[in-house]
Amino acid sequence: MQPDPSAFSANARLALDNTKLQQALGKLQGDFRRDRASMLCRLPEFEALRDQARVIKDHALDHLDGYLEQFEERVASRGGAVHWCEDAAAARETILRLCRESGGSRILKGKSMLSEEIELNDFLSENGLDPVETDLGEYILQLRRERPSHVVMPAIHLNAQQVGDAFRAGHTDLNPSRDLDHPNDLLAEARAKLRQKFLNSDVGITGANFLVAETGSIVLVTNEGNGDLLHTLSDTHIVLAGIEKIVPTLSDAVALVRVLARSATTQEITSYTSVISGPRQASDPDGPSVFHVVLVDNGRSGLLGSAFSDVLRCIRCGACQSLCPVYGAVGGHAYGAVYSGPIGSILTPALVGLKAAKPLPEASSFCGQCQDVCPVHIPLPALLRRWREIIFDDPALSDTVRAGIKIWAYAARRPRLYRFFQRLAVALLAALGRKSGFIRNLPLAGDWAGARDLPAPQGGTFMSQWRNHKPHEPQS
Amino acid sequence: MARPGRNVALLVTCLVDSWRPSVGFAAVKLLEESGCRVTVPAGQTCCGQPAYNAGDRADARAIARLVIDDFESFDYVVVPSGSCAGMVRCHYPQLFADDPPLADRARRLADKTWELVSFLTDVCGRETVPGTFRGSATYHDGCSGLRELGVRDQPRRLLAAMADVTMAEHEEAEVCCGFGGTFCIKYPDISTTMVNAKIASIEKAGVDLVLAGDLGCLLNIAGRLSRRGSKVQVRHVAEILAGMTDDPPIAGAVEGGR
Amino acid sequence: MTDARAAIMGRLRGAIAARRSGGPAAARPDSYIRPRRAQGGRAELVARFHEMALFAGASITTIDNDVAAPAAVARYLSREGLGDRLILSPSARILRMPWSDTPRLSVCQSHFRPGDRVAVTEAVAGVAETGTLLVRSGADSPNALHLLPEAHIAVLDSATMVGSYEDALQILGQDKPLPRVATFITGPSRTADIEKTPQIGVHGPRQLHIILIHGEAT
Repeated sequence: MQPDPSAFSANARLALDNTKLQQALGKLQGDFRRDRASMLCRLPEFEALRDQARVIKDHALDHLDGYLEQFEERVASRGGAVHWCEDAAAARETILRLCRESGGSRILKGKSMLSEEIELNDFLSENGLDPVETDLGEYILQLRRERPSHVVMPAIHLNAQQVGDAFRAGHTDLNPSRDLDHPNDLLAEARAKLRQKFLNSDVGITGANFLVAETGSIVLVTNEGNGDLLHTLSDTHIVLAGIEKIVPTLSDAVALVRVLARSATTQEITSYTSVISGPRQASDPDGPSVFHVVLVDNGRSGLLGSAFSDVLRCIRCGACQSLCPVYGAVGGHAYGAVYSGPIGSILTPALVGLKAAKPLPEASSFCGQCQDVCPVHIPLPALLRRWREIIFDDPALSDTVRAGIKIWAYAARRPRLYRFFQRLAVALLAALGRKSGFIRNLPLAGDWAGARDLPAPQGGTFMSQWRNHKPHEPQS
Repeated sequence: MARPGRNVALLVTCLVDSWRPSVGFAAVKLLEESGCRVTVPAGQTCCGQPAYNAGDRADARAIARLVIDDFESFDYVVVPSGSCAGMVRCHYPQLFADDPPLADRARRLADKTWELVSFLTDVCGRETVPGTFRGSATYHDGCSGLRELGVRDQPRRLLAAMADVTMAEHEEAEVCCGFGGTFCIKYPDISTTMVNAKIASIEKAGVDLVLAGDLGCLLNIAGRLSRRGSKVQVRHVAEILAGMTDDPPIAGAVEGGR
Repeated sequence: MTDARAAIMGRLRGAIAARRSGGPAAARPDSYIRPRRAQGGRAELVARFHEMALFAGASITTIDNDVAAPAAVARYLSREGLGDRLILSPSARILRMPWSDTPRLSVCQSHFRPGDRVAVTEAVAGVAETGTLLVRSGADSPNALHLLPEAHIAVLDSATMVGSYEDALQILGQDKPLPRVATFITGPSRTADIEKTPQIGVHGPRQLHIILIHGEAT
């Protein structure tokens, strides 16, 4: 598959033909629906918490400048440093510089979608530093040289066999005929490999689920504990976070934590939810002596003032991906972008431009499940529609469906004209399909008729029959 | 002097108008039996949703404007389609957000616009229907009706009250069938995958008939069932509720059965 | 760098103005929701903690007082086949416990030795809503002991049982300033990254055992 959103259709075709992928996706969707239903039973207040989460994020976004300033001041007061980066290039350069300043060369990473967005790993490698992913899913993908396909479950598109193959190819120091049949074997091997790396880490780079202004803290949410091992055992801790991650207080962060795991994995809470407030203090026996927070804009300030402002409420739970029937049909890689599914279809045109990303907002049936589950009530279908409006108004992005809509709409605004063509079309199609009730070969409707018969119209139209039915029906 | 009974305008929808007029007549029958006085404004063509979802806001507004003009004088607007009713109820007001007088008119129209089955139960208080269908059926929840309008229990209640109908839920009743308007034309492969999943779920329920309140969904599901040579029949729920099943099912032959 | 800061701040101010488009800024919530299950009297909270911690995959032993702790730990190690070496977090309370009562155990403070599999640390509080422990870093609480061992044994006093995460943070807030890290721990380390199969013990502990002390501390 091509890592290019403009190749979505071709990528989707490959994805649909990939049986392993289809099995994995089927399991993701089925499990998610069932487990989410159980989660909702366990917490009657969930809907109210969603409403509250939206309020918290809206308030934070409306005061983003002030809270970022407060955050920076608090981080500094605890002995850390905040770095401001306008774009991906600046973020990469900053992190490279901080890594070099650390004096160490062993760089470990926790899971960070933003690091994918800014293409950090390749850049560090090009500059002689080889960061090692520690989140199990990301570690597997690093061995396979692949991108994540889901914001929370990055390797969901793989089966255990594929993981085993990656371990065999990547862990060349181990006995090639060892048993890797069971996920437990894979887990044990990954644990042992990465444990050594943790113990010898110079720099730990993590993301942050939330930044807390009042205390200058970051909140880090993991199930594996890898993030915590990083900041506990490395001498330098670098936090990479988008500016939209800031919330005012610890109470706000906790309120969001309550909906995050429940939305992402349907768990009550992840195994480890840490509030990290700077480098080690005089009395700490462990922890980093150096603490940096790298704040990244990369288009977020632009989004904040645009019609797509609401998308910045996103807390990266991935529920929209897990439930979306389109994502469920083709998986994350088909989108050819860092972020996929409904949230990705809205973010990607903003990140890479509409020309490349045009297929993504179009690839939705507007079923609305995403909006139903979004813990911060992002109006995802409305935002997708907004991209479609921008696409529609841009002559450079025209296509045949657009032309068809214009023609149809022209008629729909003119009842007489509409009925004239309608009667012809209906009569023709009804005649074609009268015997069997459907039409199998219809030259112009190739895309429908590829896999479907076209049910025949009954013949006549309701409006013409109604006129005959009640000839003197008053207009209104 | 106004005659007694609710003063209802039927927004028949472009798909029912062109593809399956019997659904419109079934709707009229159900409404008149519920004591409504039904008018069908003659100038209607469509609610504008195809333009709206394609991003053609200008045309959507123009069409919506005509609908508001034609329908606003009635007490109720009833629509045999969840997605078209949702368009008027949930999206018309936003279409005119920049034009306060028109937005007001849109809001007032939205507030009195109803999907057909939920109108029968929630406004007319219907608990039974005249239909006498015998057989097993499952109900597919069209996405807009379900998520924009909350139509879920109402059709199931009326169907459950029919003595000779055995209802069975299919596990993925609330999952999109893959129609999505122009989506099924732009991304036919993905749409087919989605309708295959829907059909698998329906077939697992082992029923004779699948029902829904949206003709778009029904044409999509019926088209795929037909291509696969399935015996499962497809009808709009109004036909069953009204007891109007003389016409063949959707994609069904005149002689009956495939 | 300061140029970048100024540029970002400038763009943010413009963006926020556009976002608000003349209207008022969104306010904070009037009050923060406490789920029902985060509320209740001590006995109810302890019972709920018990239920939720088990649900999350932890195990629990309840004892009457600190004196019984070493024996309870020894029994756990024996039952689980975890050997007889133990690292203690150097909290005053843990160090006061009569470890000499269990001479079979080889006990050491703070440092993780090769071959160590088990550490005993003290929790700041227990959070009933999800069976969660709040632990922190500090001179008497090396954070590594919460993460490195195969089995993490947490000593929890039922007097510190609270309903919600916020309540637990209140207790922490009594230590001014905030510790370097405070972690809410719920069950052992886990993943579902391989085929969505739930697995335990990825990097952090494979087992979380809670010794709940339900009575007066000695």
